[in-house]
Amino acid sequence: MFGLEKQDSRLLIVVAILTMCAPFILNPFPAESALAQFNAGYPDLMQRFVIFGIFAIGFNILFGLTGYLSFGHAAFLGIGSYSAVWMFKLLSYNVVPALILSVITAGLFAVVIGYISLRRSGIYFSILTLAFAQMSYNMAYSVLTPLTNGETGLQVYSNDPQYLKGDGPDVTHLFGFEMRAASELNIGGWTFDFSIGYYLSALIMLASFYLAIRIFRSPFGLMLRAIKANQTRLNYTGISTRPYTLAAFVISGMYAGLAGGLLACMDPLAGAERMQWTASGEVVLMTILGGVGTLLGPILGAGFIKYAENIFSKINENVLHSWFSFLPDGLESAVVWFFARFVGEGWHMTLGLMFMLIVIFLPGGLIEGGQRIGRLFKGKSASNNPPAE
Amino acid sequence: MDAIILQILNGLDKGSAYALIALGLTLIFGTLGVVNFAHGALFMIGAFCAVTLQRILNISYITIDDTQKDFLGNPLKVESPYVKAWFGEDFGAALIDWSVPLAIILSIPVMLLVGYIMERGLIKHFYKRPHADQILVTFGLAIVLQEVVKYFYGANPIQTPAPGAFTGSFDFGVLLGFDPNVIIYPYWRLVYFAFSAVIIAAVFAFLQFTTFGMVVRAGMADRETVGLLGINIDKRFTAMFGLAAAVAGMAGVMYTPILSPNYHMGMDFLVLSFVVVVVGGMGSLPGAVLSGFLLGILQSFASMNEIKALLPGIDQVIIYLVAIIILLTRPRGLMGRKGVMED
Amino acid sequence: MSNSNFTRRGVIKTGAVAGAGLALPTIFTASSAAAFTNEPTGGSVKIGFNVPQTGPYSEEGLDELRAQELAVAHLNGEGDGGMMNTFSSKALQGNGILGKKVEFVTGDTQTKSDVARASAQSMIQKDGVIMINGGSSSGVAVAVQGLCQEAGVIFMAGLTHSNDTTGKDRKANGFRHFFNAYMSGAALAPVLKNAYGADRRAYHLTADYTWGWTQQESIQASTEAMGWSTVKDVRTPVGAGDFSSYIAPVLNSGADVLVLNHYGADMVNSLTQAIQFGLRDKQVNGKNFEIVVPLYSELMAAGAGSNIEGVYGSMNWNWQLQDAGTQAFVKSFGEKYGRPPSNAAHTCYVQTLLYADAVTRANSFNPCAVAEALEGFEFDGMGNGSTLYRAEDHQCFKDVLVMKGKENPTNQYDTLEIVETTPVAQVTYEANHPMFGGDEASLGTCNAG
Repeated sequence: MFGLEKQDSRLLIVVAILTMCAPFILNPFPAESALAQFNAGYPDLMQRFVIFGIFAIGFNILFGLTGYLSFGHAAFLGIGSYSAVWMFKLLSYNVVPALILSVITAGLFAVVIGYISLRRSGIYFSILTLAFAQMSYNMAYSVLTPLTNGETGLQVYSNDPQYLKGDGPDVTHLFGFEMRAASELNIGGWTFDFSIGYYLSALIMLASFYLAIRIFRSPFGLMLRAIKANQTRLNYTGISTRPYTLAAFVISGMYAGLAGGLLACMDPLAGAERMQWTASGEVVLMTILGGVGTLLGPILGAGFIKYAENIFSKINENVLHSWFSFLPDGLESAVVWFFARFVGEGWHMTLGLMFMLIVIFLPGGLIEGGQRIGRLFKGKSASNNPPAE
Repeated sequence: MDAIILQILNGLDKGSAYALIALGLTLIFGTLGVVNFAHGALFMIGAFCAVTLQRILNISYITIDDTQKDFLGNPLKVESPYVKAWFGEDFGAALIDWSVPLAIILSIPVMLLVGYIMERGLIKHFYKRPHADQILVTFGLAIVLQEVVKYFYGANPIQTPAPGAFTGSFDFGVLLGFDPNVIIYPYWRLVYFAFSAVIIAAVFAFLQFTTFGMVVRAGMADRETVGLLGINIDKRFTAMFGLAAAVAGMAGVMYTPILSPNYHMGMDFLVLSFVVVVVGGMGSLPGAVLSGFLLGILQSFASMNEIKALLPGIDQVIIYLVAIIILLTRPRGLMGRKGVMED
Repeated sequence: MSNSNFTRRGVIKTGAVAGAGLALPTIFTASSAAAFTNEPTGGSVKIGFNVPQTGPYSEEGLDELRAQELAVAHLNGEGDGGMMNTFSSKALQGNGILGKKVEFVTGDTQTKSDVARASAQSMIQKDGVIMINGGSSSGVAVAVQGLCQEAGVIFMAGLTHSNDTTGKDRKANGFRHFFNAYMSGAALAPVLKNAYGADRRAYHLTADYTWGWTQQESIQASTEAMGWSTVKDVRTPVGAGDFSSYIAPVLNSGADVLVLNHYGADMVNSLTQAIQFGLRDKQVNGKNFEIVVPLYSELMAAGAGSNIEGVYGSMNWNWQLQDAGTQAFVKSFGEKYGRPPSNAAHTCYVQTLLYADAVTRANSFNPCAVAEALEGFEFDGMGNGSTLYRAEDHQCFKDVLVMKGKENPTNQYDTLEIVETTPVAQVTYEANHPMFGGDEASLGTCNAG
């Protein structure tokens, strides 16, 4: 299908089904139940899952295939967001020009930064990319405030020109379909949200995923893997690897730009923190956590981290008390105290422990966990059925 | 002229901090080849050794003073430290006053132990794993350590003053024939500079002039061969890890009067210390020290008003700009060895 | 998809199509299109507390959270009622809001605009909150305020001191009880003049982002108005840690006052280092060198310890005030948590009560009705004396406290003393003041979703 191998088609179809049904899958608990806290099926978070999925897929094209570890990819995410918001400010709230510009600007920046950084390899490359990203962040936060609105983040004001807006909507839209528009389906105690923004992001994610599969399976992808395996040998055989690595860098930069643009389309505000090294580090962690060099891994990793950030951080002691109220008083306090260390204000602890546990026990990341579970049940390899977000 | 001298002093001081942090990181990262994202956390734990000692010395018994009221209108509970009761008012007060330098004594065994446990318990299993895995596991560890410290000490910065004898600043200008107050520099920062110099020299002497150091250096150059010679290099690497942790910890202790410690300070230094190490060149201790001082001095110059007026915001990006320029002109940083962490 | 007004959850009935397709047994769609976002339908109403729980400001965020929990308890008739007893409006009965029990959800802003918006989004979309309260930075406040405006819920800002929040970035759905940089300047200037004289030369170190700039601009304007001159304004990177390169040239610049436009850990570090340089022991132009920190908070004071002794600054409120409202609040907070509340906590507590009161007076949760009830609302008994929520920019106008670091603190909470309570008239400005966006700034129209 679409020029894919059978196994890849199956993977694509599974991912497509999962993303299309995400509003159901991510809301497994009735809205009024105590476990509804764990529901992740609301538009904003679902959008983040797929958008950061795109970011991680793109990052994996560079890191997973060539082995070049960029520590500054968040710069492209931020540049994408800023470009998109500027399109909103200048033209209209239509997302199409915004997305196009964000991919193009991110691509241009990637050409420049990649061209310079790729002159070095290994850790030297990582630090070069980090340096570029940190420079972008620091400038965006302070000196470039006229362009980026600094700390507050770039946003659209009512007195912005918006030359093409006419009487179009006042929120981001795709030819009239508002990104925030959502409809709700109530079945029994369950509530499911379907938002246009999510489905647009999901479709773009699927397209990106498809493209990534094609890249992975193409001769170009093979060449990138060869670079990872042994760049020196390639150089000795007379092949110049630079054009290939640069192409991979630019492609993954454009993915990041696309993700940044989409973030701005879903919520038209671009904060400078998007470019900080912690954001670059986050995508590295997502990719490693999910499984470097696998197709599905980065998406899983992205989902995992965003889930922890948005769900665990919201569980406070009151919620815990309501869960454990059936326990005797003294025991309840002890149990609540214990769990409170890992959720709410302590959610970072959970994140840190998960990083350690996963990398210690599942060297291949979440994807390996999925494979092991699959093997356990089927007794043969089932690489594409891990519990997906 | 005076402004330049002042910024050189600043630069040396900043540089000594950078160099000290980078030194520990190079021992682990540049030589053992482990990307240790928990190095900042080691620095932070060192700083909290100072806080802990301060807390211990301030453990107090409580007397109720009926003449004063607390914020709820109840009688005020007056706290008096035990050390003052035990060692007399003056000596007790002096002990509390000197808690930061005294914390060095506490920090060395604590950090050696932390380093030992970290290496034996975790890092050891990651020498042969990809760098990506090392990043993930040490980053996770850093977060966990950070959260533990946050639980015990809160997120607010904690004041850990230098001993009273070191408050105020030294007037260099007068020595050099300038007017008074033109070139002044705090005593504690001078102490920090001297302290860094001693530690750096000690680490170099240890590696250069002891048999142990020689074996370690050989191990860094070619771990396999040294192993084949029947030397238990692993054990020595564990010791190196402990040493690196101790250096980071001592740097943290001494830095607390300059930067009030909070649980987050390790992460704030992490990126910077990696930049310093890589600019210095992988696998080179002198490179790390050199690059620490270079970046410190350049950053100080970039903070000068005259230069900021020319290039607004230059002080925020100078480190990265210099890093880019150096890495482009010198492929392996200032003094890097070929083939270390290049793939 | 026929309704153009479906910009939120709980709106549209697509049950028939989706249901037929899924062939599920029972389908209940939302009973009717709600009149506004997250209209509370059951016996309870949810509000969201969005505060930093991780990162450098988490301590402040947790204090806000404590105060907000206390406010909810008081609204629901638990505890001793706190400021509800002293509040001049007697609409609140201690039976929740309009008879609905108040529930709350919490979120972590991490003091990042992006994250704060994501957290607020999840409160609105998932938990169905009707109001969002809290925060510890102006960037976050402006970002979340914008989001609440779009989504159609009320935003009650927590600690945000930048002029922009109710200046050029003001929004119809956003309200600020906290004071701002302009007020700090206006309150501080006369006190500084009395203490240090009218002939002073100030050197500013300013955090290089929007809040720092607005504060610097405000302080410079008000001190220059009383005769001071400004030697230099140096922008410092946020989170610089080591400020020595910026502090070292101060003494030789001819300035005799250093103004630190920093907040949080930056302020703790820059002040500590300035003291370490011995600046306050020096004489310049024949006068003692002085340091001023325009915006104080209890946590910063605790972090800076003895370094703040004798240093002037300003605050929105302090637990040492002696009015009935403050005493009631400090008592009920202190008894529950064993510590006096911070001024960030106070603001968040008051904002929660003010919101509940406005809903009760408006007899509706509709954000537009609530906004109308808050606009021009005058009240007393909340610790700041007589206070006005101005209709033009949704900024509270009340007395401002000028504080000084205490010389000989008797306990760990006794770090600051109140020097003067600056009357509200002195800190009032026109709604179209140039520092607040001038004539262009507008609230826009209220959005009910």
